[in-house]
Amino acid sequence: MISFILRRLAQFLVTLLVASFLLFAVTEFSPGNVASKILGPYAVQSQVDLLYDKLDLGAPLLERYGQWLGTLLGLSENRLGDPAIGLGLDDPRGVRYFGNLGYSLMLKEPVVDVLAQRIGHTVALAGWAIGFIVPISLVLGVMSGINAGRPLDRGISGVTVALTSLPEFVTAVVLLLLFSAVLGWLPGTSTLTQGDRWSGASQMVLPVSVLVIASASYVTRIVRASVADTLKRPFVRTARLKGLAPQRVILQHVLRNALIAPLTVILLQVNWILTGVVVVEAIFAYPGIGSLLLKAALFGDIYVVQALTLLALAVAVGTQFVGDVAYMLLDPKIRLR
Amino acid sequence: MAELGLSGPQGLALGRLPLLGAVLRSRAATLGFAIVAAWAVVAALAPWLAPYDPTIIDFAAAADPTPSAQHLLGTDSVGRDLLSRIIWGARTTYAVVPLSIGSAFLLGISAGMLAGYYGGWLDHLVSRLGDVMLAFPALVLYIILITAVGPSMLNIVIAVTLAYAPGVSRLARSQVLALRHQDYVKAAEARGEPPLYIMVMEILPNARGPLIVDLCLRAGYTVILIGTLGFLGLGLPPPTPDWGGMVVEGAPLLPVYWHMAVLPCLAITSVVIGCNLMADGLRETQA
Repeated sequence: MISFILRRLAQFLVTLLVASFLLFAVTEFSPGNVASKILGPYAVQSQVDLLYDKLDLGAPLLERYGQWLGTLLGLSENRLGDPAIGLGLDDPRGVRYFGNLGYSLMLKEPVVDVLAQRIGHTVALAGWAIGFIVPISLVLGVMSGINAGRPLDRGISGVTVALTSLPEFVTAVVLLLLFSAVLGWLPGTSTLTQGDRWSGASQMVLPVSVLVIASASYVTRIVRASVADTLKRPFVRTARLKGLAPQRVILQHVLRNALIAPLTVILLQVNWILTGVVVVEAIFAYPGIGSLLLKAALFGDIYVVQALTLLALAVAVGTQFVGDVAYMLLDPKIRLR
Repeated sequence: MAELGLSGPQGLALGRLPLLGAVLRSRAATLGFAIVAAWAVVAALAPWLAPYDPTIIDFAAAADPTPSAQHLLGTDSVGRDLLSRIIWGARTTYAVVPLSIGSAFLLGISAGMLAGYYGGWLDHLVSRLGDVMLAFPALVLYIILITAVGPSMLNIVIAVTLAYAPGVSRLARSQVLALRHQDYVKAAEARGEPPLYIMVMEILPNARGPLIVDLCLRAGYTVILIGTLGFLGLGLPPPTPDWGGMVVEGAPLLPVYWHMAVLPCLAITSVVIGCNLMADGLRETQA
């Protein structure tokens, strides 16, 4: 079992390494592009030459990736902050530390600081969303699954099928129309700075709701399918035929088996939420890392985009790893491989 | 040859049925197909169906953009006919979605079938690479591409292809593994058919069912993605009417003129619902 976890951990690290190389290769493939992103469109040739020299932009891609990784891990210096380049970039932590993600070209600050200011907001948003998604979808999915084919199931299934077809921004527009424009109960934006008019909590309601609606409907369907499937298995018939009380059959036999498969799906929802967070934060002007990613992409702030994408990758691959391990702990049948 | 047909896999009825027949066997799939096909007709006939040029500005109507006899669905905030813009917007969706889904499935099916058929190091390579790509959500992939080279239709197609091909490839691979020891595959091998013929002519037609369901689902996701990109201002440049872009233009006026944002929302949602109904219906006819 330890060897299983270690093997998965190694796989996790390799996947992350390859993914980070692809990320680096796409964003920094052409050195000329990197220079123009850093210096802007009106750079003088001497400035460009200096930058090429300082950052070794003429080196082969693989070598530059090695340097980039070294800087990130705190093994080599980030030379972009060199005063000779004259960008006015300065990092109070120095030029060499673990987790050095470079400088934001848009905000002229170290990326680590920019992240630190905003990440808490995004974690709160995603955390609240997951906190609602899991119980809601489990309850609705189980209710629907054990009543498969009955009116209750048809009602829940009909609604969830319709809701999974709604893009996040459509849900947002409908909710905004209803609760902000018509009823006036909730604010139309969630900048978290309008404390005098709207409380922090009221600003969270719509963004969290949009994420919950988009994701819970999908998870509910998975849970329903798994429960309905398990009910058809022979061991459930056996349990019923030997005279067990229906509640005991459901609780001890069906749910224990039916909820293992949706676990991975719930963990994979973290990935979905990552995408959803970008959209929701943009719609509500929420000051998290999703809206930052969009602004950075449109500005061409390569280092912020690299850092945020790297974070998203680590979360995505990390949840997969956690899911594999949890799956194995829960289901003794899959201890091989 | 007749027995070979009989020895085909069970539970894949679709594999032997013409696609339209399979669609018509389920009410949900028929309805879904009707919605998707109706929008396809609208997209194809846009120049003849649209009452106005979608970029022409009617200053008189801009003063009162609500629906009227001249503008059946009203106009947008600058006085462009909403009905015409929705009709022309269908073209954007129907150009980008088939192109990106088509290339995602071409790449995914090729990689998955080769990996499943030959196995060994090729299988390892394809699976590992797929794992890496699966870590990138489609939206994030597109954002990386924008940062590097800027927004364009080609980049949307590339992002969708790279994001969806690994999932398709996994499905195709599992289908090949399930089918490759069937008698008809062995018979073709015994006849000395080349591997390419066996994969394309023997295995692929029988693996069609689950792949088509997956295609419908992914088409729906892509419609959502295209709408989202338009909404976030990352899609195609502004004069092209696209539904997501229309929603974001209309959103600030939601308290006064709700139709500007809600009508394009309905258009997007109906196409997604159509795709999902087709996927659900076809899945049931296979079960």
